[in-house]
Amino acid sequence: MIRSRLLSFRLAGLLVLCSLVAGAHAQQDLLVSTAESGIPGGKLVAALRSEPRSFNPVTADDQVSVGIISRVMADLVHINRATQSTEPALARSWTVSKDGTVFTVKLRRGLKFSDGAPFNADDVIFSFKVYLDEKLHSPHRDLLMVAGKPLRVEKLDSWTVRFTFPSPYATLERVFDTVPMLPRHLLEKDYLEGKIDQAWGLNTPPDKIVGLGPFRLKQFVPGERIVLERNPYYWKVDSKGQKLPYLDELTFLIVPSQDAQVVRFEAGDTQVISGLSADNFVALEPQQNSRHFKLYDAGPSLEYNFLMFNLNDDTQANAEVAGKQQWFRDVRFRQAVSAAIDRAAIVRLVYHGRATILSTHITPGNKLWFNKAIKPPVHSTDKAKELFKSAGFSWNSSGKLLDRAGQPVEFTILVSSSNAQRSQMATMLQEDLKQVGITARAVPMESRAAINRVLGSHDYDATIMGIASGDIDPTSDTNVFMSNGQTHLWHLGEETPATPWEAEMDRVLQKQLVTLNYQQRRKLYDRVQEIEAEELPLIYLVTPDVLVGAQETLGNFRPAVLEQYTLWNADELFWRTPAGKR
Amino acid sequence: MRQRGKFMFVVSALVAVHLLVLFAGFVAPYDYATQDRDHAYVHPTRVHLMDCAGRFHLRPFVYVTSLQEGALSDYREDCSQPAPIRFFTRGDEYLLAGLIPSQLHLFGVASPARLYLLGTDEFGRDQFSRIVYGGEVSLFAGLLAALLALVIGVLAGSIAGASGGWVDETIMRVSELFMAVPWFYLLLALRAVLPLKMDPVSAFILVVGVIGVLNWGQPARLVRGVVLSGREQNFVQAARGFGAGRLYILKRHLLPMTFSLALTQMAVLVPRFILAEVLLSFLGLGIGEPFPSWGNMINEAQQYHVLVSYWWMILPALVPVPVFLGYHGLADALREKLQSQVRFRGDK
Repeated sequence: MIRSRLLSFRLAGLLVLCSLVAGAHAQQDLLVSTAESGIPGGKLVAALRSEPRSFNPVTADDQVSVGIISRVMADLVHINRATQSTEPALARSWTVSKDGTVFTVKLRRGLKFSDGAPFNADDVIFSFKVYLDEKLHSPHRDLLMVAGKPLRVEKLDSWTVRFTFPSPYATLERVFDTVPMLPRHLLEKDYLEGKIDQAWGLNTPPDKIVGLGPFRLKQFVPGERIVLERNPYYWKVDSKGQKLPYLDELTFLIVPSQDAQVVRFEAGDTQVISGLSADNFVALEPQQNSRHFKLYDAGPSLEYNFLMFNLNDDTQANAEVAGKQQWFRDVRFRQAVSAAIDRAAIVRLVYHGRATILSTHITPGNKLWFNKAIKPPVHSTDKAKELFKSAGFSWNSSGKLLDRAGQPVEFTILVSSSNAQRSQMATMLQEDLKQVGITARAVPMESRAAINRVLGSHDYDATIMGIASGDIDPTSDTNVFMSNGQTHLWHLGEETPATPWEAEMDRVLQKQLVTLNYQQRRKLYDRVQEIEAEELPLIYLVTPDVLVGAQETLGNFRPAVLEQYTLWNADELFWRTPAGKR
Repeated sequence: MRQRGKFMFVVSALVAVHLLVLFAGFVAPYDYATQDRDHAYVHPTRVHLMDCAGRFHLRPFVYVTSLQEGALSDYREDCSQPAPIRFFTRGDEYLLAGLIPSQLHLFGVASPARLYLLGTDEFGRDQFSRIVYGGEVSLFAGLLAALLALVIGVLAGSIAGASGGWVDETIMRVSELFMAVPWFYLLLALRAVLPLKMDPVSAFILVVGVIGVLNWGQPARLVRGVVLSGREQNFVQAARGFGAGRLYILKRHLLPMTFSLALTQMAVLVPRFILAEVLLSFLGLGIGEPFPSWGNMINEAQQYHVLVSYWWMILPALVPVPVFLGYHGLADALREKLQSQVRFRGDK
């Protein structure tokens, strides 16, 4: 009796399974991955530098939280981290109107969230309504605004959504990358009650956090680990028709320091390591064969490190800074300082050769926008001295550089003490500047205090900073280079461009933003780079390579120079060794 | 007699170390800030008596080294270019004892050879020179800060212990406050109000002041305990019975009791304060690059890649050990000396 009941139970289960599979193929509009088809099963462990602050896609703005969320959620259009161009994701296809303002998206049909609930245009409409809600201050909102106006979203039918931009927008489909689609059936109630910003915190039961990504949350142990499991409803298959992702589980251990991460990777506790410093890369290199891992140098990153002088004009209160600014404002002074810097030595000593000398903020890692015509800056103490001389500087008997009024040229270089590489660069710059008679003093400071000085009080002479572009498209950095940008670092809060070259930069940047043709945009952006290489508002130093590592049997491992260097294609990763061995 | 010998040994060793450090410019063959960028992470230079051909030389010598093509820190000796070590040579200019400009160095080799006794760091700076110069900051800052903390601590502790009542209560609560307040954030605030540009001397005074003032709580509490228990001793009671004043008792009986405690505290605090300077440097309040300090050099060696690739970078962590042992020895010897004196006086 019992036995037969069990049997019928199993049979029923089998039937359901069959119909599910058949149904899936009949109705679901799946994406076929072009990556090498792999072997399902196995677990992958990686490390995170800190724990996420939230699982809420609407409010999360720190890198770690966003990293987890983008494994669990999916976007309409996705930027392929390897090719750096857009490709369909939840959107099966799209069309752009001739004037570049209307973007119509066809959604994939029959997709399901990780809890089994169906996905359609209503979820898309809901998601954008939430992201564009002024009261919520979602970090996505800024990216979805063009010229201060939000885009308009309309549902045409259950599978078609139309986005209307207020003005032509060159990079329109790229803004949809990493904008996760939310499950309306779970979050609408919270939204209507005005509580959506508190939804999906760290205490939310894992099965209540639902998305369209390759994985779903299984377990979160605060301070220790986050376990993601395979999402059985995921919408990608490989060329053999196997459902992705291959991995059963993806675990993130929370390991605060990079040195500790290296030790865990060495011991095999984690199988992937990301964002290695050149120092640690060199230290790990000799063990590649004996420990069966492989290190990858993915080439120049999108991070640009620079020396910047304080060109703010609200420093009257601080006579000392204000007095020095007459030097800083002279382009010949900046050019002379730039010529005095031995960047090749920085590449060699700080990065062990795994970095590239920079001349503009577009690094050679950015294949589409890098301006090859601009020559990298050359180190020449003679040229530096010539430039100083032409700007009216002179030297006293002990070799110290003096300005026109006979004041010795001395300044401090503010640097965040938590970034070892930048601190080292500061020490090297001090020595380089000593060669031309400048007394520069590096002041290491806790990073938040340093940033406050640069963005808030403007109480500094010079600083070494680094910015990592979020995308290869230059639009992501307009905020730094437009004179009214929120992070126009060297001169914040300009109402009108302070210099003719800043005015020209503004004009060109504005123009490229509404130019749709890539070749024309490219020409405009080449001009932007020419201006900055000539005027040196930021004195570019170097860009480090993206250095990562993984166990050698991890298939489809393709590190990229865009953020989340390693696990961006977690859905395609697989173990070449049989699952039982791991 | 044996004790006396030990005492003299420890004292002379410590005096020698401090003199060495005081005349850092003379002892160190190179400047602390000079970056020899073609010689980054050079392992300690080998000093030879036998040349490549197997011939013996009376005067020690080194070979010119150069980086192997394509390698990061693989330096090879060139047998065709020996350079003898000379004493009293001319080299980088420095200020002798911080006052007299001089170019004379105790020893050195002629360029292009290099004499890096303890190897070089990531910028190609001579570690030996930096350790000697670094001692200037670390030994004196540690010593002065410990003295400052002890002076405040002994004063506050003995006053609290001797007076009792609301004075005791107030001083102890304040000391608890000093021990409990999250200084990290207050130091951040301090950094914010100070100017970015600080010359090394004011930075040094700041380091001594901050470390000393922040750490008087612990010695004060210990001293108070000793004074409290001392107050109840028979001879103190007797002195009081004979009409001795509070100040007299404090000076004559109670303070001497705290000396041995103060000395042990000193030996414990100095090494701790040398390391405390690292935190201040992290916040931008310390001495800072390119000026070396032991704390900063030890901190440098705490990175994984340094530990596995460049063993000589750990030497700055070993150098202070004998110095600290010296301090401990000094404190021990002094305590024994004082105790024997007390005993002697007691026997009489």
